[in-house]
Amino acid sequence: MTAFFDSLLGILQLVTSGDPKLWKIVGLSLGVSAAACVIATTAGLLLGAAVAVGQFRGRRAVLVLMNTLLALPSVVVGLMVYLLLSRAGPLGSMGILFTPSAMVVAQAILVTPIVAALARQTIEDAMRDHGEQLLSLGASRFACALIIAWDERMVLFTLALVAFGRAVSEVGAVMIVGGNIDGVTRVMTTAIALETSKGDLPLALALGFVLLTVVLLMNALVAVLRDWRARADLRVAAA
Amino acid sequence: MSALSVVAPSLTPLGVPLVELRGVSVKLGGRTVLDRIDLAVRTGERIALVGANGAGKTTLLRALHGLVPMAAGLRMIAADADAPRIAMVFQRPFMLRDSLLANIELGLRLQGRPATERREIAMHALEQVGLAAQAHRPGRALSGGQQQRAALARAWALKPRLLLLDEPTASLDPSAKREVEDLIDGFVAQGITVVMSSHNLGQVKRLSRRVLYLEAGRVLADVDADHFFHGTLPPEAALFLRGELPWV
Repeated sequence: MTAFFDSLLGILQLVTSGDPKLWKIVGLSLGVSAAACVIATTAGLLLGAAVAVGQFRGRRAVLVLMNTLLALPSVVVGLMVYLLLSRAGPLGSMGILFTPSAMVVAQAILVTPIVAALARQTIEDAMRDHGEQLLSLGASRFACALIIAWDERMVLFTLALVAFGRAVSEVGAVMIVGGNIDGVTRVMTTAIALETSKGDLPLALALGFVLLTVVLLMNALVAVLRDWRARADLRVAAA
Repeated sequence: MSALSVVAPSLTPLGVPLVELRGVSVKLGGRTVLDRIDLAVRTGERIALVGANGAGKTTLLRALHGLVPMAAGLRMIAADADAPRIAMVFQRPFMLRDSLLANIELGLRLQGRPATERREIAMHALEQVGLAAQAHRPGRALSGGQQQRAALARAWALKPRLLLLDEPTASLDPSAKREVEDLIDGFVAQGITVVMSSHNLGQVKRLSRRVLYLEAGRVLADVDADHFFHGTLPPEAALFLRGELPWV
């Protein structure tokens, strides 16, 4: 019990002391996940929009695949990206294995299916209700999807936040493709795993505390946005 | 059910065909919704589509616009009546969350018009329907009648030669109905050809010059409005007119 309270005291000291090692790890985590999130949101939105309005052979199979990718294990993603980026792999010439860029790629691959699947559902539902009216105004099917995506931008922004939460809390893929190199590719999750195995619980707990705070803030922001949208819709309905 | 259709001899073409359907059939979910429809819409016409729910009125409007895949037949449009020159107003217009002005500009934006031109045309369209003062309110904050007028403005802004109206006054109060009817009258006066579906026979009498009666996806009568209300009709159309069409 004493060890636990000692750890809690250690967390407070670390978080409040402005330890550069801690904040470098935090900064890299947020930077990598934010970059992955931007890529995943853009790619996922376009992919989701294309599948939502696309009429092509094998669409059902694509939907099954997209839904399957929602449960993609992060270590599998890490392994695939490792094989692609390793010196003998097809993208080995890029030389980005064990760099933050590789971690961005891995996280982006991991969260793109989440954004794509949810964006597809949002756009497809709206297309069913209003797509024909947009088509009648001269929009192509893909333009309809983008107009609807813009109209539902708050929902999609919420998706982006959810994707960020998933990316920042991921450990398996970034451990494999980043290598957890101190000062280079060490992020919060990999540092927690390492410090725990070394027995340095205060640092692991401090990082866990910061990670939880980040995820909590993301979810709080999602809740605030949802409330704000609901209130705005109510105001419009009452006007 | 009679398979005969009636074509009144007094029906005279007013102008050149804008859209023509030849033997068009439409199947939705395996069900035949339109069955071998032949229809030519000519410039200057005011056509009303009437019939019971599920008769195929809305699908016929969608077929005229080219919004629905055809199982058979041919749709031809006049060489100068490309897609944006046909506009359609739906029973429940869709408004984006943006301002009313942005909603009106949408079709123009899709045409690639420059911003200043879009703004000018959209404001003019809103003036036409008496909503200029609401330009900066969210489109969804408008009442049902206002949204229907806004949808008419959005269609008018595209300068259509053919305006398709799907139950344009359904679920509106009498005053809003009157406003929308006046607007439709005004558009017709500007030379816009109108095809509308309606359950409101008084409105059909007021606004149309030619009436098509549909049943089970077929046109059973294609007559001028006067003939529809006072002449001889197929038994089904006569029953519909008397409000005695049985449930099926």
